[in-house]
Amino acid sequence: MPLDLATVEQVAELAKLGLTDDEKARFTEQLSAILDYAARLQTLDTSAIPATAMVGGLENVMRPDEARPSLSQADVLANAPRSHAGQFQVPAILD
Amino acid sequence: MELHALTIHAARAALQSGDLTSVTLTESLLNRIYAVDNQIRAYLSVTPEVALEQAEEADRRRAAGDTSPLLGIPFALKDVICTEGLTTTCGSRILHNYIPPYDATAYRRLREAGAILLGKTNMDEFAMGSSTENSAFFTTRNPWDLERVPGGSSGGSAAAVAADEAIFGIGTDTGGSIRQPAALVGIVGLRPTYGRVSRFGLVAYGSSLDQIGPLTKDVTDAALVLGALAGHDPLDSTSLPTPVPNYETALRSDIRGLRVAVPKEYFVEGMEPGVERAVRDAIQVLAGLGAEVGEVSLPHTEYALPTYYIIAPAEASANLARYDGVRYGHSAANPSDIWDLFRTTRDEGFGAEVKRRIMLGTYALSAGYYDAYYRKAQQTRTLIKRDFDQVFTHYDVVVCPTSPSVAFPIGARVDNPLQMYLADIFTLSLNLAGLCGMSIPCGFSEGLPVGLQFMGPPLGEPALLRAAYAYEQATPWHTMKASLPLDVTSSELNETDEAEIG
Repeated sequence: MPLDLATVEQVAELAKLGLTDDEKARFTEQLSAILDYAARLQTLDTSAIPATAMVGGLENVMRPDEARPSLSQADVLANAPRSHAGQFQVPAILD
Repeated sequence: MELHALTIHAARAALQSGDLTSVTLTESLLNRIYAVDNQIRAYLSVTPEVALEQAEEADRRRAAGDTSPLLGIPFALKDVICTEGLTTTCGSRILHNYIPPYDATAYRRLREAGAILLGKTNMDEFAMGSSTENSAFFTTRNPWDLERVPGGSSGGSAAAVAADEAIFGIGTDTGGSIRQPAALVGIVGLRPTYGRVSRFGLVAYGSSLDQIGPLTKDVTDAALVLGALAGHDPLDSTSLPTPVPNYETALRSDIRGLRVAVPKEYFVEGMEPGVERAVRDAIQVLAGLGAEVGEVSLPHTEYALPTYYIIAPAEASANLARYDGVRYGHSAANPSDIWDLFRTTRDEGFGAEVKRRIMLGTYALSAGYYDAYYRKAQQTRTLIKRDFDQVFTHYDVVVCPTSPSVAFPIGARVDNPLQMYLADIFTLSLNLAGLCGMSIPCGFSEGLPVGLQFMGPPLGEPALLRAAYAYEQATPWHTMKASLPLDVTSSELNETDEAEIG
């Protein structure tokens, strides 16, 4: 198995994903099976092959750096679970 | 024929001649939804007030001389595409209450072309899946057999069109999510070239792979909807500036001399014999119509699935980092600190498949594994793209099956993610290579529809449409419909569904 429980816990922390013990055990097994399957990529010699990140062919698409209308503060905050004084509210970050 | 069963082009003719109003047509579709959707469950939300208001406006536009191509035609929109003021859930608990403050460009263009929004359709959560079973709300059913899946992730839009609950539908295709459900419910699904349709306002899954496209009852309708969707959008930096051709002129039944490639790697051991038979017969029909059919090899085909399941989750893990419980969507109650807010919100809000892909993508991008997985997959992506480049120097289109199987039973693959991923084995190479493609009906296996897939080079949509139209005109499959038991009296569908989602 390419993945052990400790790695799953570490990846979940990187992804800021809370997982139950049951989920951790299941993902250890399922992700290992998927990664075993993906291991067939290692049989290809790609040392001279460039990477493809995008397929559309466009590069460095720019627009004029000009101010233009945006959403209102009220619209932006309309979906916020918690807001205060025109801002998003979060739990204290600094003690 | 009943109004709800009309194609776009038939409805358009009736609307233009004055025999039909958009309000009457829209009421017919709403009544059809009320009659059958508690069996099919295609819609997450139905918006009758919006639909009738838009239909009245369409009738006024027509009276004033407007002849926009989709004027007055009711459609179903996959719930991953933003609609200002209308809940857009992505099939996820984490966005169950999200009301976008703006319209996606694709929706805005459809409205400008005159189309009427009936409602938002069910989908696998964040478009991750091949059956709609990953929806956080409920599973959509296949109109041909209510115990089977409609495919996915655009299963709601596909089932709505197949069950005549919409004249056409809109889906999205990251690894096959338009073509595979089209095949499984026996309709036409077209995935445009990457960059042809704006992704602005489409909730992102795999940003180098996602594309919006039509689900329709026939090939002519696909051309009409594509024409309305396509075009440059300054709000999407990957949107292609290339002018949009008139796709209707590609609808010619003469395909003499069209060069059609059959890739041998797409006829594999393990595919259903009935699927292979229907597709082989369809290739014979194309040859009989004068197409020049030749066998080719796409040698890196077997690497497409592992490549896709590294790249798509990697992009997803980055895109889905935005769901943090701060700005919109579900938010954990009484978090102890900011980290607890993030972890608990995401644990409560995401379903199992979304978590799996976030984990897989985060792993593939993490220090120590990046070169072995993500970079390796990007290099393999180059090899897959080169295979197709090579074939398209000699051929106009590739033809193959859309799916190795017909619609599978609900629940059959939910416990085995790898087996579920295999449902996309014939569709996802196209997304990796940035091609266009479509699925059209080509017969039945054990009473269930089989899809024929055409793939074309970047911006090769006219060749796809030409091949598909010629085949369609020579065969009866697109006229065949599932028969549904009509024993339903629900009239409060919208309220019921909203209650369930909330």
